[in-house]
Amino acid sequence: MRGGPSGGARRRAGLSMAAEHKTKLSKNLLRMKFMQRGLDSETKKQLEEEEKKIISEEHWYLDLPELKEKESFIIEEQSFLLCEDLLYGRMSFRGFNPEVEKLMLQMNAKNKEEVVEDETVELDVSDEEMARRYETLVGTIGKKFAKKRDRANYEEDENGDIKPVKAKKMFLKPQD
Amino acid sequence: MAEAAGVAAEFFASNRARAARAVLDQVVLPGEELLLPEQEDGEGPGGAGERPLRLNAGARSRVRVVCGPGLRRCGDRLLVTKCGRLRHREPGGGGGGVYWVDSQQKRYVPVKGDHVIGIVTAKSGDIFKVDVGGSEPASLSYLAFEGATKRNRPNVQVGDLIYGQFVVANKDMEPEMVCIDSCGRANGMGVIGQDGLLFKVTLGLIRKLLAPDCEILQEVGKLYPLEIVFGMNGRIWVKAKTIQQTLILANILEACEHMTADQRKQIFSRLAES
Repeated sequence: MRGGPSGGARRRAGLSMAAEHKTKLSKNLLRMKFMQRGLDSETKKQLEEEEKKIISEEHWYLDLPELKEKESFIIEEQSFLLCEDLLYGRMSFRGFNPEVEKLMLQMNAKNKEEVVEDETVELDVSDEEMARRYETLVGTIGKKFAKKRDRANYEEDENGDIKPVKAKKMFLKPQD
Repeated sequence: MAEAAGVAAEFFASNRARAARAVLDQVVLPGEELLLPEQEDGEGPGGAGERPLRLNAGARSRVRVVCGPGLRRCGDRLLVTKCGRLRHREPGGGGGGVYWVDSQQKRYVPVKGDHVIGIVTAKSGDIFKVDVGGSEPASLSYLAFEGATKRNRPNVQVGDLIYGQFVVANKDMEPEMVCIDSCGRANGMGVIGQDGLLFKVTLGLIRKLLAPDCEILQEVGKLYPLEIVFGMNGRIWVKAKTIQQTLILANILEACEHMTADQRKQIFSRLAES
C-alpha cells in the first residue's frame, strides 16, 4: 500500500537524518537555558566570554591615546550667589504686601541658617513600655488578618504570650 | 584713575604674575594672571625663609578654590577677564575661598540659579517666551508654576511680568526658567501683580542694593509702604500707594548709584519732611 506523498517524504527524511547524525543547531538555540544545563562550568564561562566579546566589539570607542586628566583645584563658577550673600529679591516695607514680608523673613533666615533649637519633647510613655505594647499589638492585629492555616502559628503559650511564628513550608524548586 | 594707570604700567613693565592675595580690592585688568596662595612659595623672593619645612615637600595639600565671575582658570593660575576690583571671601566650611572681580556692566548674561524679572513676549503651545534682557528669550513651561497641571493652567498673558529663576543657562543652549524651586513650591516666584513700574539699572547697583547691610534700602523702607522686586538682570519693579510715590521711589533708586552718602541723606531728609 502506498503511504502517499507525505509517507514517502518522512521515510526519506528519516534516511537523511540517519546519514548526517548531527543536526546543526543555531547559536541562539544553544544559548538558551535548557541547552546549557548539560554543559560544564568551563564551557559556560567560555560561552559567556564570547558573548561579552561580541558585545564589546560592537560598541564604538574613540581610538585616541589615553589623556591623563589633570586634577584641577580651581572650580569655575559664573554665578554671584556663591560670592556674595545677597538678600532675597522680593521686598515689602511697612506692611504693603504681608505675604511678601512673611517670605522675606523666611528666605533671609534660610540664608543666614539660623539654627532652630530642637526642643526635647517630654515623653508621656517611656520607650520600654512602648516597645512592650507594640510587641503584643503586632501579634493581635496579625492574628486578625491571618488565614486559617496561619492562625496555628499564633497559638498562645501558657503565659498568654504569642509563640514565635514558625517558618512556613515553601515550594522548593527541583534541582536539575 | 591714577591708581589704575600705575597698576597697568607696572604690569606691562614686569609682565610677571602677581599673587592674588596682594591684589585684593585693587583694580585688575583683563589679561593679568594671578597666583594662588600656595604657589607663591617658589616664585616670591622672600618665600623660602617664611614657610616651615614640610615632611613631604612634593605633595602640597591643595584646597579647592572657586573662581567666580570675571576670572577664568588658566593652568594653575587665575586669568582675569573683566576689569574691576578683585574680591575674596573666606569660606565657612570646606576648602579654599572664592575670588571674583567686582565689575560694572549693564548687559545681562543668563546664569543658572539667578532670580530675574522677565516680560512674557509670546505664548506658543506649552511654553512661554520670556524676555530677560539676554541674547535670546528664555523659555518657561506652563507646568513650572506652583499647582499647575495640564488641566489647571496658570493665568499668564502676554505682557505679564514674571519673577523666576534659571534652570538652564549656558552659552550653548537657550535659557530655560521656572517659577518653582526644587521642592515644587513657589517661594514668591511667579507672576508679579498689577500696577507698579519696571525700570532698568546696572547690574552692579542691584548687587549693591541686595547686600545684607544696605543702608539705602533701610532708609527707603522708612519713607512709606512700598513693595520692590529686584531681578538680577538689572530690572527693578516698584509699587507704592500712589503714582507719585512710585515715581519718586524709582528716581531715588536710579540716582543712588552715583550719589555719595551725604547727598543721599539730604534727599531722604527732604522727602521725609514733605
